[in-house]
Amino acid sequence: MSKPKLTSQTRAGLLFAAPWFIGFSVFLFFPLVKAFYNSFTEYTILTPPVWIGLENYSDLMKDELFWKSLGNSFYYALLAIPIGTVVAISLALLLNQKVKGQAFYRTFFFLPSLVPVVPLAILWLWIFNGESGILNAFIEPVFGFKPNWLGDVTLAKNVLIVMSTWGVGNAMVIYLAGLQQVPVALYEAADLDGAPAYLKTWKITLPLLSPVIMFNVVMSIIGSLQVFAQPYIMFPGGAPERSTYFFSVYIYDTAFRDNRMGYASAMGWIMFILILALTLFAVKFMDKRVHYESS
Amino acid sequence: MKLSLVGWILGVAALAWAVTTSEAIVQPETRSDGRVVVTYWEKWSDFEFEAMRKVVEKYNNSQDKIFVKILSVPGIANKTLLATSGGIPPDLAGLYGPNVAQYAYNNAVMPLDDFANEAGMNRDDYIHQYYDICTYRGKLWALPTTPANTALHYNRDMLKDAGWDPDNPPTTIEELTELDKLIFKKEGAAITKMGFLPTEPGWWPWAWGPIFGGKLWNGVDKITMDDPQIIEGYTWMGSFAKQYGSGTVSSFQEGFGTFNSPQNPFMDNKLAMVLQGVWMANFIEKQNPDLNWSATVFPYPANHPEMAGSTLLDLDILVIPTGAKHPKEAFEFLKYLQTQEAMEMLCLGQKKHSPLANVSDGFLENHPNPNIRLFQEMAYSKNTLATPKTPIWAQWGDEIRTATQSINNGSKTPEQALLDVQNKMQPLLDKVLRHERALGIEPRSEDMAE
Repeated sequence: MSKPKLTSQTRAGLLFAAPWFIGFSVFLFFPLVKAFYNSFTEYTILTPPVWIGLENYSDLMKDELFWKSLGNSFYYALLAIPIGTVVAISLALLLNQKVKGQAFYRTFFFLPSLVPVVPLAILWLWIFNGESGILNAFIEPVFGFKPNWLGDVTLAKNVLIVMSTWGVGNAMVIYLAGLQQVPVALYEAADLDGAPAYLKTWKITLPLLSPVIMFNVVMSIIGSLQVFAQPYIMFPGGAPERSTYFFSVYIYDTAFRDNRMGYASAMGWIMFILILALTLFAVKFMDKRVHYESS
Repeated sequence: MKLSLVGWILGVAALAWAVTTSEAIVQPETRSDGRVVVTYWEKWSDFEFEAMRKVVEKYNNSQDKIFVKILSVPGIANKTLLATSGGIPPDLAGLYGPNVAQYAYNNAVMPLDDFANEAGMNRDDYIHQYYDICTYRGKLWALPTTPANTALHYNRDMLKDAGWDPDNPPTTIEELTELDKLIFKKEGAAITKMGFLPTEPGWWPWAWGPIFGGKLWNGVDKITMDDPQIIEGYTWMGSFAKQYGSGTVSSFQEGFGTFNSPQNPFMDNKLAMVLQGVWMANFIEKQNPDLNWSATVFPYPANHPEMAGSTLLDLDILVIPTGAKHPKEAFEFLKYLQTQEAMEMLCLGQKKHSPLANVSDGFLENHPNPNIRLFQEMAYSKNTLATPKTPIWAQWGDEIRTATQSINNGSKTPEQALLDVQNKMQPLLDKVLRHERALGIEPRSEDMAE
C-alpha cells in the first residue's frame, strides 16, 4: 500500500526539482564541461575547435597580463571582503538597536543595494571625478589639493573597493536576520553580571553570528573574485595602465573581443579552480571557529 | 501526477524547440505578399540611422521582390558574431572597417567576390583606400556604407586671442606645439585652456606613430613598434603630459564633458585644436552652433615633410554573415546601395563625403558640411592612414592604448612601452599566420599603402 504513495511523492519531488536540474544541466554543467574541453583547443567560435593540448595553459603562465589581472582581482578581494564584512556587521548591529524609526533606517541602508549597476557606476564616476567631483569639493578646502581618483594608477582600484561597500545592503540584511536568532536570555544573563556592551557584542553576538559570517564571507569570496560590471563600465580597458583590469574582464575581452574562446576557457577554468580552492579553504578554516547554536 | 509529468516534459521540450528554432520568430522568411525579407542590423541610431532608413525605404518602394527590414542594434559587432555562431545571423550587418580581417579570419562573413564580379563592380568604382578596407587576403568581404576621415579642427577665436592668424593655422607639428604653448593657461594649479592635447578625444592612440611616418608592421608578418619614427611620434605625444605634469593634464581632462555634449572641450572653448573626423561638423552644429571654427589638414613633423597631408581613414561597412538565409537578396540591396544615387542620399543624410570614385554634380555644392571638399580631397591623399588589416587588431589596438597611458604617466619610456606591445603581439600574429598556413592561406601584404 505504501509503495505507490512513495513513488508518487518521489515523482512530485523530481518534478518540482526538474526545472532546476534542467537549468543547471543546460546552462551550467554542460557549458562547464564544454569549456573544459575547449580550454585544450584553439577555438574561434565559428570554426571547429582544434586540439592543442596544454598550450593555452602554458601560454597563460607566460602571459604578463594574466598575472596582472589576477593580481588586481586578488587585491580587490583581499580589501573588499574584510571591509565589506566589517561595514555590514556594524550596520546590522546599529540597525538592530531598538530606536525610533528603526524600520526607516533599515530601509534607508538597504536601498543602495537596489540601484542597478550601470547608473551606479556612472554616479560614482561623477563622485570621484578629479576636477568637478563632489568628493574633491570636500577634500580640496581641507587638504589643499585634488586627488586624481580615476586617473591615478594607485588610487583607481581603491575607488572600486570604496564603491563595493555601497552594496553591503544584502549582507547586512542577512546579518540582521542572524541577529534575531541570538537568544535574548544570553543578553539578560550578561546584564545581570554587569557586562558592558562591547563585551556582550564580542562574547555573545559575534560567536553566535559566526555561521552567518561564514556564509557571507564565502559568498563574497565568490562574488568579489568575479567582479566585472563596475570596472568594465568605469574603466574601459582597465585604464589607467591596466591597474583596474580584472581577471573576469580579461576573460571577457579574450572571449568576445578577440574571439579566442579556447584561451578564455582556460582562464575560466583557472578561475573556477581558484575560487573552489579558496572557498574550501575558507570553510575548513572557519569550521573550527564557527559556533552553531545547537552545539 | 503521471499526466502532469508528461505535460511538463512536453512543455520543456516545446520550449527547447522554440528556442532552437527561434529563427522562425526572429526572421520571417517571406511576407504575406511573397516578398523575401532581408534582415539588416545596423549600429547607428539617431539621425545617422534615419539616413539609412530612408534609403532602405526607397529601395523597398522601388521593387516588389525584396523587403529589407532594418533594425538599430547597439553592440553590433558582438551580437552579429554570436548570432552567426548560433546559426541565426541577420542577412546584412553594418560593422566597422577594422572588423573585416577578424571576421574574415573567423569565417564569420561571406566573401562577396562572385556577387561583385557578376554585378560588374570593382575597385575603380571606389576611392581605392576605402575599397581596400573591405578586403583581406585578396578577397572582398564587405562593401562601404559611409566613409570618414580626419582633419585638424580649430577654434578661430582662440587662435586670434593667442595672436595667431586664424587664416594660417599651423602646418607642422612644431607649429602646433608652439601654438599650444601660446594658448595654454593655468589658474592656480589647474589648467583652464590648452591649444592641443593628443589624448583628446583619444580615439586613435595607434595613429601617432604613423603620423610621424612610422610603420606599425611590415604588412605581412612582422610587427615593428620599435620603428624609430613610431618612437618619435609617441615621444611627441608624451611631451604634453611631461611638460605640464601628467596629473595636472589628466585632471584638466576629467573636467571635460562627454563627446556629444556642450561640455565637449572643443565646443566649450577649453581646447583650441582637435584631431577630429568629418562628423564633427554635425555635433558642433548641434551643441554649439555659435562656435567660430575651421578645419584644415593635420600638421606634419617638420623633419618628415613627406608626411604632409596625413589623414586617418575609417569606414562603415556592410557584410553578409556566414549562414545568412538570403545572401543573394541581401546583395541585391547592397548593389542598390552602391549606386551613386543611393550612396549620395545616405552620405548627405549623414553629412559625410562619398566613398565612390565619382560624385554627382551638386553633391559637394549642396553639401551641408562646410568643409566637405577638404575631406573629399584628403581621402585621395598619399598619406591616408588606416588600422592594420589583421585579426589581432582589436587586442593590438588595446595594447597600444595602454602603452600610451604608461608613456603619459611617465611609468615607462616610449621605447619600453612600445617594445612591450611588440613582444606581446608578435607571438599572437605568428599564431594567426600559422593557423592560416595550415588552411593553405599564404600571408600576403596587407599594407594599406599598396
